[in-house]
Amino acid sequence: MKKDILMKELTDQEASIVLSVQNLTVLVNDSPLINNISFSIRGGEIFALVGESGSGKSLTSLAIMRLLPEALRVTSGTILLDQQDLFQMPEFQMQKVRGKQIAMIFQEPMTSLNPVMKVGEQVAEVLRVHLKLSGSNAKNKVISLFDEVGIPEAKTRYDWYPHQLSGGQKQRVMIAMALACEPDVLIADEPTTALDVTIQAQVLKLLKEIRDKRGLSILFITHDMAVVNEMADHVAVMKQGEIVEQAEKHEFFRNPQHPYTQKLLKDAIPSHSFKPEIDSKTLLQLTDLKVHFPIKKGLFQRTVGYVKAVDGVTLEIKKGQTLALVGESGSGKSTIGQAILKLVDSTSGSVCFSNIPKKGGEDQTENPLEQSIDLTHLTEKQMKPFRKKVQVIFQDPFSALNPRMTIDEIIREGMVSLHVGSGNKVDQDQRIEELLEQVGLLPEHKKRYPHEFSGGQRQRIGIARALAVEPELIICDEPTSALDVTVRAQVLSLLEDLQQKYQLSFLFITHDLSIIPAIAHQVAVMKEGKIVEQGSVEQVMHSPKHDYTKALLSSAPKIFSDFI
Amino acid sequence: MFAYILKRLLFAVPILIGVNVITFALFFMVNTPDDMARAQLGAKQTTPEMIQSWKVENGYDNPLFFNGDASGFGKIQETLFVQESLKLFVFDFGQSDSGRQISADIQERMGPSLAIALPTFVIGLVTNIALALLIVLFRGSRLDTITMMVAVAIMSISGLFYIIAGQVLFSKVWHWVPISGYTEGWEGVKFLILPILIGIFAGIGAGMRWYRSIFLEEMSKDYVRTAKAKGLSDIKVLFGHVLHNGMLPILTGVVVVIPTLFMGSLIMESFFGIPGLGSYTLDAINAQDFGIVKAMVFLGSVLYIIGLILTDISYTFFDPRVKLS
Amino acid sequence: MSFVWLWTDILVWTLVLVLIGAVRSIRRSEHVRKQWFHILKSPIAMSAAIILSVYLLFALLDSVHFQYTPSSTSSSSESSTVSVHDQGVLSLLDVILPHLRTQTERTYSAPFATHEYSSSLSYDESGSVFQVYRPLKFGGQHLTGKHSTLDDVMVKTAVPFLFSCVFIAIIFTIHLGWGFLQTRGNYIDYYENQPKPEDELPWGAAYLTLFLLVFLFSWFYYLSHFYHVLGTDKVGQDVLYQAIKSIRTGVLIGLLTTLVMLPLALILGISAGYFKGWVDDVIQYLYTTLNSIPGVLLIAAAVLMMQVIISNNSGWFGSTEERADLRLLFLIFILGLTSWTGLCRLLRAETLKISQVEYVTAAKSFGLSPFRIIQKHITPNLMHLVLIALVLDFSGLVLAEAVLSYVGVGVDPTTASWGNMINQARLEMAREPMVWWSLFSAFAFMFTLVLAANLFSDRVQTVLDPRRNN
Repeated sequence: MKKDILMKELTDQEASIVLSVQNLTVLVNDSPLINNISFSIRGGEIFALVGESGSGKSLTSLAIMRLLPEALRVTSGTILLDQQDLFQMPEFQMQKVRGKQIAMIFQEPMTSLNPVMKVGEQVAEVLRVHLKLSGSNAKNKVISLFDEVGIPEAKTRYDWYPHQLSGGQKQRVMIAMALACEPDVLIADEPTTALDVTIQAQVLKLLKEIRDKRGLSILFITHDMAVVNEMADHVAVMKQGEIVEQAEKHEFFRNPQHPYTQKLLKDAIPSHSFKPEIDSKTLLQLTDLKVHFPIKKGLFQRTVGYVKAVDGVTLEIKKGQTLALVGESGSGKSTIGQAILKLVDSTSGSVCFSNIPKKGGEDQTENPLEQSIDLTHLTEKQMKPFRKKVQVIFQDPFSALNPRMTIDEIIREGMVSLHVGSGNKVDQDQRIEELLEQVGLLPEHKKRYPHEFSGGQRQRIGIARALAVEPELIICDEPTSALDVTVRAQVLSLLEDLQQKYQLSFLFITHDLSIIPAIAHQVAVMKEGKIVEQGSVEQVMHSPKHDYTKALLSSAPKIFSDFI
Repeated sequence: MFAYILKRLLFAVPILIGVNVITFALFFMVNTPDDMARAQLGAKQTTPEMIQSWKVENGYDNPLFFNGDASGFGKIQETLFVQESLKLFVFDFGQSDSGRQISADIQERMGPSLAIALPTFVIGLVTNIALALLIVLFRGSRLDTITMMVAVAIMSISGLFYIIAGQVLFSKVWHWVPISGYTEGWEGVKFLILPILIGIFAGIGAGMRWYRSIFLEEMSKDYVRTAKAKGLSDIKVLFGHVLHNGMLPILTGVVVVIPTLFMGSLIMESFFGIPGLGSYTLDAINAQDFGIVKAMVFLGSVLYIIGLILTDISYTFFDPRVKLS
Repeated sequence: MSFVWLWTDILVWTLVLVLIGAVRSIRRSEHVRKQWFHILKSPIAMSAAIILSVYLLFALLDSVHFQYTPSSTSSSSESSTVSVHDQGVLSLLDVILPHLRTQTERTYSAPFATHEYSSSLSYDESGSVFQVYRPLKFGGQHLTGKHSTLDDVMVKTAVPFLFSCVFIAIIFTIHLGWGFLQTRGNYIDYYENQPKPEDELPWGAAYLTLFLLVFLFSWFYYLSHFYHVLGTDKVGQDVLYQAIKSIRTGVLIGLLTTLVMLPLALILGISAGYFKGWVDDVIQYLYTTLNSIPGVLLIAAAVLMMQVIISNNSGWFGSTEERADLRLLFLIFILGLTSWTGLCRLLRAETLKISQVEYVTAAKSFGLSPFRIIQKHITPNLMHLVLIALVLDFSGLVLAEAVLSYVGVGVDPTTASWGNMINQARLEMAREPMVWWSLFSAFAFMFTLVLAANLFSDRVQTVLDPRRNN
């Protein structure tokens, strides 16, 4: 209570600096990861540290906690917490700072909690260590903390294990743990990145409430400009270990100074122009598609029920257009993609692919009478002609390419297997070089291995691999969600170019609403295996009918900038 | 839980039948009853009649897998394989070549085997884990490097060397303990100390390295970072969080061994003259007493399967995520 | 003189060919080559690799056998009276070390001894009986009494020392010259811009190890002309000779067992992990069943059965060498058949993981056959596990040989092996005074090999195991 009043007084008089980082430099093998950065955080302020992956923002937070991996060395700098230099403290004293004066929450709530310890105990441990609270005192305090962070039935949840809680609840436990000793500074390292958008909105709201109530300072680390806009009072942008720009939030969004910041903002702001709806022929028609996975139990593995991953979905993808399939994790959106590719067996319904002859009628091998073929009943051999028509791009650029194959081997594989183009190796090489150039890479890259490329480049290789067999439909399974925002914009515009050039259709599976206007003609919103709403982008995004769509749209953090 | 154990026991039946097929194939198809009869009756002139009567006497007169003479179900039942295997399932191992009941011998010899194997196992496990935790506390230091070098050296020396060197030093040169022998009760401790210590020492190199690598892997996980961020000291992180999580992979390798401790150690027991199952087996191998070897193979498999079930059950105690169903 | 190809000889040379093929393919792949340079960057791994190669060299020399008949003009009736040592199947190694093989004493003698280890009864001319330590037939018989053994050994050490210095100098010159030619060749631009990966290797440690090994073995070789450097055993055989001959058995068991086990583990492990369903069930059943039988007992049972077969069919084998070799081969097969389960399980688990990875999904969407997917996408990504398992198993198998020979189910008693040496020598420790050198030599030779293998495998694991790269 006293502290609250104190903090309020401080904010009133333009609060004093709580945490200040001065000239911090961190090296690994003599090359700098963090290069001479300085910033300071005032009492009761949310200070956002923004940057793309590898910019050093997470390392900065670990350096403040003095939890850097052993291979990294802090070569210069001071970190002052209430006028104490953290780097001058002996380790045992630093342990009294961690969790008590500075607390931290992490990106992955799934793995950040000890899986074999009750969540209540994990929070109580902090109280025991720092406040020397014992038994029931600690337990009562934990329960009240659980109440505060919005964990329902706090008393019973105390005895639960992490695997029994949902992702959002786990993150709430982490927050409770961080708040337990009423720290001065809370470091939140991408606290909502792993969460679904509706959960993210709740957690962000909670963090803000706590800040308002307790007046603590938050160092908020994120890559998401929209989240920054929602949360921050003060923003610092990091790039390659350096802070390129620092400003108060409104100033920052109104008038970004550094070209990098300008680019970052530009790429992050969703386009407001919607794609015109063009009427064209249907390429792929899903009718009442169901994919159920049996749950087996008991002595004889009886099927006791089904996981209804996809439960009666009807969709239509038109030639040369993009259908965005939106949904949160576990909604079954990726399973639809796999069912189209026949990587999982459909339980019922049909996936009908229309044979639209190419211009000039080259496609004489196909029977022109057979206009539409149901893929679900084809054998693998019968499926083969359709494999080249439907291709796929994946989310994780790191696992999408076989690390033991060179780029040309990767691209050539589909051409050889599906007999696309010439069987002559020289011609194939030429085609591979063409493809690489088309996706914005260099022909001489073809003899390299995937690990020599960055995430965005790998995603381009994945696109080239899909293009190699000249498909008509590409299933894009979250192709940009592992990419940084600037790279994301490039990959999206590449996809758009390719669409126009080759009249490609995309089934674009995503959880990210902000990119939909830039890419899609049609949207379908999916929840628990069912489509709850579909229609044109403008219709769904501007005047949603279904409650779930409305919730999704209102949960998504918004970004506004005068700068554009 | 009960249903689970029942299920696992049912699954064990085909495995044990498989074990029987393998042993049966090894012992009977290669060394047919005719060969056995010839070997037993001596190298003298043996007539087919003598062989036949020996086979009838010893119950080996049925065909191996399929009895065409019998009727109905007996076609399969009245065969050597089924009869020999079924006996094993009720732990009736028959007689050894020296005419003793194998089951009785086994019961008698389990005690001495356990007297060595159990302390070696328990003390060894505790020592290895304790040393590994200590080394993890000093990870990356010179102490860590040197200890690991010593551990590699320890595990590179043949176990036979430790036994022989131990016997020579402690028994022959220094006369601290008798060189071999066994008696029941506390009197017997003096015979057991040396083999137990040698057993522990021989396993320390490999054990310590294994546990260290498990704990180090745990140390790199996210929850350890969380624990450190809470302000816990290294020791508290290690004992409060890492130890419990590290126990999970350790359980897989360790619990399965516990039942097989009954089988004793072939080498230890024969060097130190302990009348346990290990030396029993070794003597049987040297005397080519197939009955005993077969019995021990079956017993070993049963114990191993029990070990597998125990492993699964132990997980329910250590890992809240695991529920048996 | 004609070559005799024992089964194990054929297998080991096949393995060498496979290894050469592997090295050639490694040279092509930049990635794998870098990994190997990375492995050898550690001085310990480099030294261990050199020690392992020297052991392998001995094993290979000992794996070229031929029927040796004395080239003398003596007629066949006379040849039967020629010393038994001069005929029969010999290996290249026997030809290199003829004196070790032929210079046998009557019974025990200590290292560098000039007289037998135990006294024996002797009669003098007057017929009275007394105990004497008889002089050896060969060991130390060149001594005239002017020098003590120690002085003589010190003086004679100079020869192998000089030899090793010259040897290393020659190797070094060749090494330098090769590098010189490389830089003066067409690659000059390439190398000026990029540092050679070879330059980062710990050549100092490599040369030191090589020098020590060359010195040790040339010292053994030179002095063995005058002494029994490691003594003689009960029947007067040179212990050094036995220890060196045992190298082949140890190395072969370590190498060839993996050759037997590898295809089983690979095929079954990958099939189980990739096809799942009933294939997985059958394979899991197979390895659980095999695993449930205690390893030593399964080996013992199989070897016992083999003995029965051999004794029932003694007509199959031409010579004792062939019989002993077949027994070694059989032991290798049994070890292979009992040891594939661990790797199989590992490969199954990893295949399960990899077949969920997106590049496999991509391959499926290209309509690749399961066989192609396994060949192109799964197997290459398992090779590091295979390699780690192989180097890890090697040392365990060498140690296992000793234990199995002790149990009586190891190699043939006539085959030279460390296990047999230990087995024969362990009772000698009970003698008063102890006869320790046989045991010591066996353990020392085995320890060196196993230690080198362990250190090397440790390094391989550190570099190749992604979990240990943090």
